[in-house]
Amino acid sequence: MSNEKTGLSKFWSEFTENKIALISLLIFLFIVFVAIFAPIISPTDPYDLSKVSIMDSRLPPLSENFAGQTFLLGSDGAGRDMLSAIFYGLRVSLGVGVMSGIFALIIGTFFGISAAFFGGKYETFIMRVVDIQLSFPSILMALIILAAFGKGVEKTIIALVLVQWAYYARTARATALVERSKEYVEAAHCLALGNKKIMFKHILPNCMPPLIVVGTLQTAHAISLEATLSFLGLGLPITEPSLGLLIGNGFEYMHTGDFWISIFPGVALLITIVSINLVGDHLRDMFNPRLKR
Amino acid sequence: MTAFLLKRSTQSLLVLFIMSLLVFSGVNLVGDPVEMLINPEADQEDVERVIRELGLDRPITEQYWFFLVNAFKGDLGTSFVFGEPALKLIIQRMPATLELAFFSLFISIIFALPLGIYAGLKPESKISKLIMAGSILGFSMPTFWVGIIFIMIFAVHLGWLPSTGRGEIGTFMGIHSSLFTLDGLSHIFLPALNLALFKLSSIVRLTRAGTREIIHQDYIKFARAKGLSENRVINTHLLKNILIPIVTVVGLEFGSLIAFSTVTETIFAWPGMGKLIIDSIYNLDRPVIVAYLMIIVFFFVFLNLIVDILYTILDPRVRIQGSK
Repeated sequence: MSNEKTGLSKFWSEFTENKIALISLLIFLFIVFVAIFAPIISPTDPYDLSKVSIMDSRLPPLSENFAGQTFLLGSDGAGRDMLSAIFYGLRVSLGVGVMSGIFALIIGTFFGISAAFFGGKYETFIMRVVDIQLSFPSILMALIILAAFGKGVEKTIIALVLVQWAYYARTARATALVERSKEYVEAAHCLALGNKKIMFKHILPNCMPPLIVVGTLQTAHAISLEATLSFLGLGLPITEPSLGLLIGNGFEYMHTGDFWISIFPGVALLITIVSINLVGDHLRDMFNPRLKR
Repeated sequence: MTAFLLKRSTQSLLVLFIMSLLVFSGVNLVGDPVEMLINPEADQEDVERVIRELGLDRPITEQYWFFLVNAFKGDLGTSFVFGEPALKLIIQRMPATLELAFFSLFISIIFALPLGIYAGLKPESKISKLIMAGSILGFSMPTFWVGIIFIMIFAVHLGWLPSTGRGEIGTFMGIHSSLFTLDGLSHIFLPALNLALFKLSSIVRLTRAGTREIIHQDYIKFARAKGLSENRVINTHLLKNILIPIVTVVGLEFGSLIAFSTVTETIFAWPGMGKLIIDSIYNLDRPVIVAYLMIIVFFFVFLNLIVDILYTILDPRVRIQGSK
């Protein structure tokens, strides 16, 4: 029966065997949907100053504002609807996390595969840099970069890319080393194909599975790290209110008992990270040949 | 071996140099400390005098050279805000950070070992699955958010534990620490637990994996066949063998506790180095930022060097590779 299936549908049926991973994927897709369509589905525009009223500040969840709208999750110190702020925040957090993940994937994979392909001094040098970088905790690397160069969207993305690329490079090199010695690469050499073509048309596609696993887990990590940095006031500027920034804003009101301003953005952040992690965890198990039945 | 040591030390020095360049050039491009530090009502003459005093009028290469020379003398500049040597400020706050890091390491080991061993011995039981699910959650939850939740529940809502500061500091055998007074202990508990959570999750997973591997070894089977009680099998035969990899990892990751304490210290207003660096970044207090980053980079480079050397001594294979 299964031999009729194509690679992709076989992959899909294997993936859906794990119900937790499937549910996580659906939740994650829902979050992506919310992030993309935030301006359309948000009950209010939290950053339209003409519509936000300070009279509505710090309303508890489910209360009505001056204009008669219901704020499901309450409002923050400036009178913004928390639900809408979270939708917009997800947009920023996911955007920054995914963007930095993609850049890091491209840079790390390039160096990893080329290191495995060319070997020699070049490989030693690249892997030495990777080792040195991985010996520093990611938060410290990000802190050094942001403390030194200041905050901002581009700087946060640069910091996240610099923190992550080494993981991709290490994975890409390890896989590419195995692939390099396989027969199809030898065949490609015999056909006198160029190095570039062999590396990126032949070796790269076969390195993708482990890179995808690292990609999902690293993206979750990047989102969490960005939130931490923004919470500390080192990451994104106030003009790009990510979830971390929202949580930071709410922290001021924590001691007076206005829990919703900090807690709800945190729950949104947690659901995002956990769902990505669970999908990544399952993918890793699927690609692990030792766990194959 | 000597060649390896020489090579590794040179590399460490190179990393330090590159980092110092990166940190210094970066920090000196941020904002305008003159605006941040000088009273806006001060007249032009005062402004110029302060600029000259702080050396901000010199070319940047000259500033860097002075910084390097002084760093070798142990002088990392004077804080713009406190007017005290940056190094002194950081060293003053170091004990609070170390105390927090050690105490959370202690908490994570005390909780993680029994939980991990249990999950490893009975992988199919409901409680084990709960422990593992908890460890995924502990991995995923951002430290700063957990800290906020702790404050909300234990400090604001229940009012059981204080959420800011270090509390009363006791002295025992010449060491000043919050750990020696009840008040101090009540202050350190929440931040330490917060900082420990991430480490706790990873040690639980390590312990579980180790337990599952070792439980099938012949010497465990033999110990059981001898008729030893289950307690004795676990406490002597199992525990001793899983501790080796765990101690290695814990030792290596102690550094990351120090790095993450920046977050926890900020949330719980713990007066350590981490809070100092965050405050200094807000105030653009460049000498303190540079000094902190240099000290922490030095700390990590040194830690890695020591670990590498220890590995070479313990594992001959690394030695052969390194001397090639």
